[in-house]
Amino acid sequence: MKSPLRSRYDVVIVGGGPAGLAAALGARQAGVEHILIVDREIEAGGILNQCIHSGFGLHYFKEELTGPEYAERFIRNVQSDQVEILTDSYVLDISPALQLEIISGGYGHLQLQAQSVVLAMGCRERTRGSIRTPGFRPAGVMTAGLAQKMVNMHGVLPGRRIAILGSGDIGLIMARRLSLEGCDVTGVYELQPHCSGLTRNQVQCLDDFGIPLHLSATVAFIHGRDRVERLTIAPVNHELIPDLSRSWDVACDTLLLSIGLIPENELSTRLRLRMDPATGGPQVTSNLETSLPGVFACGNVLHVHDLVDFVSEESLRAGRFAGEVAIGMRRPSDNISLQAGENIASCVPQSLSPDREQIIYLRVKRPLKNCVLTIGDRYEKSFRMLVPAEMIRLTLAPELLDRYFGEMLKIDVRLREAT
Amino acid sequence: MLEKRRLTCIGCPMSCPLELVIIDGEIREITGNDCKRGEAYARQEYTAPCRMVSTTIACNSGLWPRLPVKTVTAVPKAEVMAVARALHTLEIEAPVQIGQVILDDIAGTGIAVIACRSLPSAPNSK
Repeated sequence: MKSPLRSRYDVVIVGGGPAGLAAALGARQAGVEHILIVDREIEAGGILNQCIHSGFGLHYFKEELTGPEYAERFIRNVQSDQVEILTDSYVLDISPALQLEIISGGYGHLQLQAQSVVLAMGCRERTRGSIRTPGFRPAGVMTAGLAQKMVNMHGVLPGRRIAILGSGDIGLIMARRLSLEGCDVTGVYELQPHCSGLTRNQVQCLDDFGIPLHLSATVAFIHGRDRVERLTIAPVNHELIPDLSRSWDVACDTLLLSIGLIPENELSTRLRLRMDPATGGPQVTSNLETSLPGVFACGNVLHVHDLVDFVSEESLRAGRFAGEVAIGMRRPSDNISLQAGENIASCVPQSLSPDREQIIYLRVKRPLKNCVLTIGDRYEKSFRMLVPAEMIRLTLAPELLDRYFGEMLKIDVRLREAT
Repeated sequence: MLEKRRLTCIGCPMSCPLELVIIDGEIREITGNDCKRGEAYARQEYTAPCRMVSTTIACNSGLWPRLPVKTVTAVPKAEVMAVARALHTLEIEAPVQIGQVILDDIAGTGIAVIACRSLPSAPNSK
């Protein structure tokens, strides 16, 4: 086996998906010479490689691309003398002194020293265990993303007659995908009273194929000993409790779960980074730096995005800041804490600094019509419609905080008062 | 005759709610769209709805056994299933380059199908 790469890198990026690839570009733009991306798959690109539908890149590339096309553009841009991509390799641990322990298919056990580290591990899907659905434990219950990988990468169908629990975007996309493959998709069941995926996916993935979306309904029992045979579906009340007296049965051989995503933060918690329970990711400054100096985070490991374009934008910045730190450039640290207030589920970053342009990403807790978003007394913006499924992105001008002397700013969204 | 029709734009993730005012089968007014893509979508969807088709085809001796492909432009909505079925009969040999034309005319639509990624040969295949 060829001997390992180098023992020291300026920037090591954990994960070669859209976040890791953009972070490498950002680090290179900062003038860094030795950048390493470590990825556990056999090629870079991450989840994009299995997302074969179009709809990516409208913001970033100004054209509509499929996932693999988006990934390949980035991989081509990243390939250079400064960036090495180590695939089939897994980061086991990162020490507080930024030494990485890696197990690699090509090189065995490796230890590398980094000047700065970018966490770009992405997220994983919630499984049946997360929601404790009653019933038997037959084959045929799996996450929508796993089914997507089986169909699009391996060419294997998960079943013939499919039910989908949860109306997340991956579930909606898979409803269409499996219909195109000739499967019978019986319906999508959503616990909440509203669809949790994008409206356009409801239109083009369900309505186009005549697939019913049952809101305020859930799977109350999974039947079948060896293979899924049928499901008991029950409507839920306003406290989300199933009403078994009004339940009905649906025959199917497969149940796909599209019930949310969890940032994959085992490395972050081992590093004892300060976490944000609202996002499930590390707390970061306006430079996307975590509570451990020199460690940055971006993409779905930081907070779950719905658009890869925003992942790329955020990660380019994280990579640039990580690159700056690696070559000894330090920007002034943040002095204003940013907190989620009324109707806000989460916000990133969790602090601000007066001297730079800020990009803030946030989510609301519930659908809101005709509302006003405020950041302390500094900023105000009206919205016609806000929904939890769509992340809100705000850009704040550098001078906005010039004459702000407080220690904390709160983001609130309030309904516009009827006039 | 005046008719109102509601559509959801699928041009981007904003999913703008569109409202069309139609008089005697002709669109007179489109509201609700945040950008010009919405207006184009509304006209297309009212007169001749069409969709992009993306699926995979078999790829022999490639790094993965499936190659993602797409139609270069949207196909009429009524033809979507026929296009998908026709694509599923295709096979190709690795290596494949991104953008490579797989077929000039899929299922008589006159629309070409291209590869959505480069797919090298599998390391252990000759």
